[in-house]
Amino acid sequence: MRNISVFVNDKKIRTEVPISQTLLDFLRSNGITSVKRGCESGECGACAVLIDDEPRASCITLTLQADGKEIKTVEALSTRQDLSELQKRFIEVGAIQCGYCTPALLLLAGHYLNTAVSPLEKDLREAISGVLCRCTGYVKPVEAIKKEIRLD
Amino acid sequence: MSGSKDYRIVGKVTPRVDGEKLARGKGAFSDDIEFRELLHAKVLRSPHPHARILSIDTSNAKALRGVHAVLTHEDLPRVPHTTAGQGWPEPSPYDAFVLDNKVRFVGDRVAAVAAETPGIAAKACSLIDVDYETLEAVFDPEKASKPGAIVIHDEEDSSGIYDKSSNIASHLEASFGDVEKAFKDAYKIFEKHYEVGYVQQSSIEPHICITWLDEDERLVIRSSTQVPFHVRRIVANVLQLPVKKIRVIKPRVGGGFGGKQEILNEELCGALTLATGKAVRFWMTREEELYASRTRHPQKLFFKTAVSEDGKILAMDVRVIENTGAYGTHALTVMTVTGNKIFSMYNIPNIKFSGEAVYTNLPVAGAFRGYGTPQGIFALESHIDEIADELGIDQIEFRLKNIYHEGDRIPITGEMAEGEGSDAQLIRSSGLEECIKRGAKAIGWGISREPTAAGRSRGIGIAINTQGSGIPNVDMAACSIKMNEDGSFNLLCGATDIGTGSDTALAQIAAEALSIPVDNILVYSSDTDMTPFDTGAYASSTTYISGAAVLDAAKKVKSQIMDVAGEMLEVEKEHLVCSDSKVSTQEGKIVTYEQICLYSLYQHNQFQIMAVGNNVSPESPPPYSAVFADVEVDDDTGQIRLLKLVAAVDCGVAINPQMAEGQVEGAITQGMGYALSEFMPFDKNGNPLFKSFRDYNIFRSSDMPEIEVILVETYEPTGPYGAKAVAEVPISGPAPAIANAVSNAVRARVRSLPITPEKIWKILKNK
Ligand code: FES
Ligand code: FES
Repeated sequence: MRNISVFVNDKKIRTEVPISQTLLDFLRSNGITSVKRGCESGECGACAVLIDDEPRASCITLTLQADGKEIKTVEALSTRQDLSELQKRFIEVGAIQCGYCTPALLLLAGHYLNTAVSPLEKDLREAISGVLCRCTGYVKPVEAIKKEIRLD
Repeated sequence: MSGSKDYRIVGKVTPRVDGEKLARGKGAFSDDIEFRELLHAKVLRSPHPHARILSIDTSNAKALRGVHAVLTHEDLPRVPHTTAGQGWPEPSPYDAFVLDNKVRFVGDRVAAVAAETPGIAAKACSLIDVDYETLEAVFDPEKASKPGAIVIHDEEDSSGIYDKSSNIASHLEASFGDVEKAFKDAYKIFEKHYEVGYVQQSSIEPHICITWLDEDERLVIRSSTQVPFHVRRIVANVLQLPVKKIRVIKPRVGGGFGGKQEILNEELCGALTLATGKAVRFWMTREEELYASRTRHPQKLFFKTAVSEDGKILAMDVRVIENTGAYGTHALTVMTVTGNKIFSMYNIPNIKFSGEAVYTNLPVAGAFRGYGTPQGIFALESHIDEIADELGIDQIEFRLKNIYHEGDRIPITGEMAEGEGSDAQLIRSSGLEECIKRGAKAIGWGISREPTAAGRSRGIGIAINTQGSGIPNVDMAACSIKMNEDGSFNLLCGATDIGTGSDTALAQIAAEALSIPVDNILVYSSDTDMTPFDTGAYASSTTYISGAAVLDAAKKVKSQIMDVAGEMLEVEKEHLVCSDSKVSTQEGKIVTYEQICLYSLYQHNQFQIMAVGNNVSPESPPPYSAVFADVEVDDDTGQIRLLKLVAAVDCGVAINPQMAEGQVEGAITQGMGYALSEFMPFDKNGNPLFKSFRDYNIFRSSDMPEIEVILVETYEPTGPYGAKAVAEVPISGPAPAIANAVSNAVRARVRSLPITPEKIWKILKNK
């Protein structure tokens, strides 16, 4: 066991964790249900989180590696009252089917929209290519994200 | 009534009723709840493709700290059953056991452990000592059915197997007309064979179930399943519990695609709960998903076709050899659908179909979106293209000359059917011709286009196909609708939303019929204790079958509402009009739904406004799809680039066009995977070589070509508000359309899936 302190969606958590625990297990056992388990080997992206604003697969990240860092999940996108514009778009254009990949797609799309240097569809697709979706063919998720691209 | 324009909610874009919770990542899925003292299950799987278990020593595993139970075949009742989540009596052979003294493929279950952590459970599995007598194994269905082959199901107590000694799980034959004579009189005869291999459903949420005993000692199963009611019935049978002792809860499901139309883990997880008295979680790893869950049936398809000089198809003889893997789950019915759909497209006067589903020591095939149709249609639509080519007739013209039309009956559907059967399906609505026309326009049929670079050739291809809308006289749905005092309604349905959006579509149907907004319908699906029966989410049945049950319930509820309103307004109910959550007289006197429900619950002649709706359909109207592919092939290397895919689909009136489009987009993407990137290789000992998404390639966002979806609206008179099914039909077209486009580009005909650069290169090299 090891002591750690992390910020999860701006909330500080200080606790003891097993050395081999994955960040995915840590987050889920702390009630963050939006990080999903799809493969546990870094290939499907369902467990994506942002660590210090960088996309990471939490299933192949140890909780210890996140010590002292800031973790963001989809719960951070909205308030209890309001969804973010991107979440609303996803619902509006029908980008959600089973919803299992949705939090990860939203998180990566949000990251792309915040940091993107290029508005090309190719780059957008590249930015979310780490998340596998078996339901939508990515057509409507891409449509939703494109609508949120602001060029200013 | 002629279509969606007449409706208020049906046919209009309506956001999903469950969109917000999913966008927030709320804990809606099976694995998203917490338990005190939850145990974790792991299964020890066979390293051998075929072996008898001589003895198992579990003492070391049991001695490990944190282990609560270790189960082997010695600990469980031996009940032959099928794992297929089908209606009772299931048309699949009873050839499976929860645990057995024999293993039949690499990955077959040997023993199960429940322990305090997944790690301890895995460790315990490694401490189980098994003494195997390895047996000869057979991987090729053609060899497996030859005399002298080793028998895979040699146990006495399995039943429903067509011919155990020849490893033939199921056999099927159908014919009409005089095929032999037609071949004699033919202008030309074409003989070709085609082959399709293993692919896997790959829902992003793997199979997961959690079981526990409630305060009444009933076994509760929370499972990611498409078939909660079949889970309850089959688990009761194999664990020898009365049905009333079991409750199955289906929370949100992270995709199914047929893989969850199976009783895959629930019985074993339940057995571990019964053994320990504790809650047990059974999570299938991705690796297990890829070789130890279910797959699509591989098939070899042999075609012989006679045509007349003017391009009419006179006769077709199709023989199928299907590999069902180690168990025969869905073996017969998948093959039935293969034959059924091959012969539901073209009006051929003389046909013959025969098929054999054969056991091998490879992973178990099962249900997968399309259910036998993608296999049959890849072969059929490749074959049709080859014939048109040889005859020198345009591909579209040849198809149009031979397809079935509105008003035709499809004789094969009367010959080969599930359950007690049905009459030959009458085509009451067909948008196939329009699908072809509009799709052709969108892809630019007949317009020659330049390759994007030198050394490449460009081609386009077409494929058309159909599917059903539920299984006639078999699929059954029920639901209940109950009115609340604020004018909202609870819709409880057995129909199982697995990510398809059926909760939303069913809410739209109810809201349309009840003249209320969609958000006044509270949908709940499904829980065997709470919701009426439904056969489940498969066979494209939800909109057509369950939708009609919802319409039935809604009409009954509406009639009760009108009765009460009539009493309140002192007017005969025939003189009342209902709109917008209220009922009014011609003079303009109004009572709101809220007032009506308050009146009926608290004031006079009190009763609960509520009704149950039911539906079984004697028909299964065909939806249609025409898929077009635009590809580019490298003349030297055979490298393929898929530039554009167009799918035009007739699903009747789309209850929710946006969701229907989403179904098409998802299905064609899986179809493109089947065509180009997905396959499951094995070594010579039957060991799976692909065990992760690193090897097993499903399309990523960056792999996608340009996609265009066209919904062609028709009105299906037997469907709720004119609807037919949509979820499966688009999956079959991409593979043959791409094969045909490749042939069009470089004259290389690939007759097996997936279509790879190597295969194309080999053909080009040998030219
Ligand atoms: S669960 Fe982490 S990448 Fe799949
Ligand atoms: S919506 Fe189901 S995996 Fe993406």
